[in-house]
Amino acid sequence: MADIKIYDRINEQSPWQDITEGNQIYEAATSRDFCTGEWRTSTPEWSQEKCKQCLLCTPVCPDSSIPVTAGKRADFDYDHCKGCGICAKVCPFGAIQMREGK
Amino acid sequence: MAIRERLSGNEAVAYAIRQVNPDVMPAFPITPSTEIPQYVANYIANGEIDTEFIHVESEHSAMSATVGASAAGARAVTATSSCGMALMWEELYVAASNRLPIVLALVNRALSGPININADHSDSMGARDSGWIQIYAESNQEVYDNYIQAFPIAEDKRVHLPVMVCQDGFITSHGVENILLVEDDEVKHFVGTYEPEHYLLDVSGRMALGPYAVSNYYMETKRAQRQAMINAREVILEVAGRFEKMTGRQYGFFEEYQMEDADYAIVLIGSAAGTCKAAVEEIRNTTGKRVGLIKIRVFRPFPEEELARALSAVKAVAVMDRSEMFAATSGPLGAEVRAAMYQAHCTADVVNYFYGLGGRDITVADFEAVYSRLETIAQTHEVTDMYEYIGLRSAQPEEV
Amino acid sequence: MEKTTYNFKEVMSKPERLAPGHRMCAGCGGTVTVRTVLRALEEGDRAVVGNATGCLEVSSFMYPYTAYEDSYIHNAFENAGATLSGVETAYRVLKKKGKIKENFKFITFGGDGGTYDIGFQSLSGAMERGHDMVYVCYDNGAYMNTGTQRSSATPQYADTTTTPAGSVSAGKIQVRKDLAAIMAEHHIPYVGQSTFTSNFKDLYTKAQKAIYTPGAAFLNVLSPCPRGWGYDPGEMMNICKLAVDTCYWPMFEVIEGRWILNYEPKNKLPIEEFLRPQRRFKHLFKKENEELIGKFQEEIDRQWEVIRNKCS
Repeated sequence: MADIKIYDRINEQSPWQDITEGNQIYEAATSRDFCTGEWRTSTPEWSQEKCKQCLLCTPVCPDSSIPVTAGKRADFDYDHCKGCGICAKVCPFGAIQMREGK
Repeated sequence: MAIRERLSGNEAVAYAIRQVNPDVMPAFPITPSTEIPQYVANYIANGEIDTEFIHVESEHSAMSATVGASAAGARAVTATSSCGMALMWEELYVAASNRLPIVLALVNRALSGPININADHSDSMGARDSGWIQIYAESNQEVYDNYIQAFPIAEDKRVHLPVMVCQDGFITSHGVENILLVEDDEVKHFVGTYEPEHYLLDVSGRMALGPYAVSNYYMETKRAQRQAMINAREVILEVAGRFEKMTGRQYGFFEEYQMEDADYAIVLIGSAAGTCKAAVEEIRNTTGKRVGLIKIRVFRPFPEEELARALSAVKAVAVMDRSEMFAATSGPLGAEVRAAMYQAHCTADVVNYFYGLGGRDITVADFEAVYSRLETIAQTHEVTDMYEYIGLRSAQPEEV
Repeated sequence: MEKTTYNFKEVMSKPERLAPGHRMCAGCGGTVTVRTVLRALEEGDRAVVGNATGCLEVSSFMYPYTAYEDSYIHNAFENAGATLSGVETAYRVLKKKGKIKENFKFITFGGDGGTYDIGFQSLSGAMERGHDMVYVCYDNGAYMNTGTQRSSATPQYADTTTTPAGSVSAGKIQVRKDLAAIMAEHHIPYVGQSTFTSNFKDLYTKAQKAIYTPGAAFLNVLSPCPRGWGYDPGEMMNICKLAVDTCYWPMFEVIEGRWILNYEPKNKLPIEEFLRPQRRFKHLFKKENEELIGKFQEEIDRQWEVIRNKCS
């Protein structure tokens, strides 16, 4: 089920018979299938070299777009990052730079 | 074995709640339904049921908590009247659109203003478009029977809609009558255990409920909801069939009383049917005139075709509304019955009367006058009193 | 439950319980609150997340896209407290009947509109009854979902779309309602007021206490709104820092009736520092409104003294 995106099953062309009862959704986190990255007008760029993995950038992200595993961050989730720039402002090491455009 | 008892309508509902033993009951007191949560609180206080009562601070919260509990996977019920249900208004629609099988005991009472604590149907009739199944009762026995039937109707997979079990405030809610009760274990077997397929507390899955749905989804959602109401028709009859097997008592969408050969018919809802039946007997016994009564039990879904069929041979019909809808024309029942008859090409003349607002009495003599009026209309085909009030004081001889 | 250690890296490594793909604005403080609070759940614990109607609701569960890893219920605007009361009660009864064995926690989110105002009664009822749940207000100080109308959480003098600053108006007339104190007066076991600090220890630990203290808990979290307040979205953390360093937003908790001040700035900054970067206070910096900033400061000082006395 999870391999098929939610919008392949329920979308704005679905007939009424395919609408889930009471608009209930029986899966978690289907919003991942919706790419808000397209909203971006400026884009954070992460410098792995400058990054000291202090992780101060991760809790400030409104879009859960800085993935962390075992105490280390990876590159941005550009499918969802909206480019707000909060992370760049909190980085003490200048490891995140905002660039104009997507 | 049936248990012979003498109970008020409120006691009968509370007794049925004890037998069903629902999981959660949030409720807020309001006359004349207050006794129901009081009796339930007593059952809980004495360990007779393990229902959790939520002492909510308003009726809006009562229905909100009922929605939450039902979505969470609990069998959830509440009770209210009049302004209490008006305060729930928004939540009535949410409960229905979320497809939650909630059972609400509604003790019908006039809506404010002016404030009035007595029976009429303005509360439930105002909620007729909210997506709830509505079942009405004439007597305490019917209230009890309807209440038990409400659970398997609401919880049927084809339906999944909330049910409002209505009775007339004070008239049945406080009037003590003889009643036949079903044994506890039989009721428990009849309603079964509630096993929802999807619910918030399902550990094997997740459920998200109550989204923002844009216009590309809204209309399809409403159509699906309509289907549940269409499906409710067959489920209501199936459940009535099972109930008849258990008790011998027969139920349908409406009761036809002396309708086999009737020339003149009254259509109404609720406790006034008892008075009307007395008038039918009186007229038939003294004059031989063929008068009959249709007492609507299920108003939502509306039994359009069946009703038109039942009225197809009569000469004149009086539809009696116990609430105004201020269309400056008919009341809600009048509008729907006439629409059903029009669609079926019924030729009978129809009048629509208002009666019993805010608890105003209606007597056998009043009904006799209505039947007499129907006879005249059938002869003359002149309907000059289309929307009359029964028992209204007026400075003019006739209110038209 | 008292957690004394806060291992930032460990906390940041916990699985995300608010998924991306929601439609909140770029730079929204509301979702930062939600992420932080949900992160405070123990990994093995299940939760049902509630939500009052508001920005968060219409953006985080647009059919068929839910942003929640947990089960979720939105009911209406004014009834998040009552709705979760019902869910929590269902849990207790189903657990009692042996139908559920797992542990569930109950957390509901509402904006200040759904919490301070239209949902105030429902919240009060839920807290007074003592349901084992957490009500989290993401307080952005106005009805942002409908376009920045004044709420009872809106600070005095703020320019909102229903209290516009004009030639004879200096914005909102009244001072904001102290909802956290009102909730504390419900005699519930835990109340916390917080906002974002650089390592989020304050909010995270308060969320942990709120979730794992048996009984009703209330969290009030200042959650900046770049559109409604009028600041560059990137400045969120700076705005929060100014809110606490000017004592506009005291961070405190009330545990079993005992008031504790969690942060006292070494140098209390003048309120202008908080007001200046925000468009909603721009009119206060006009010559004719100079005295209003003084009045704002007086009110901040008065409230700060009240809090300090409660916490001493």
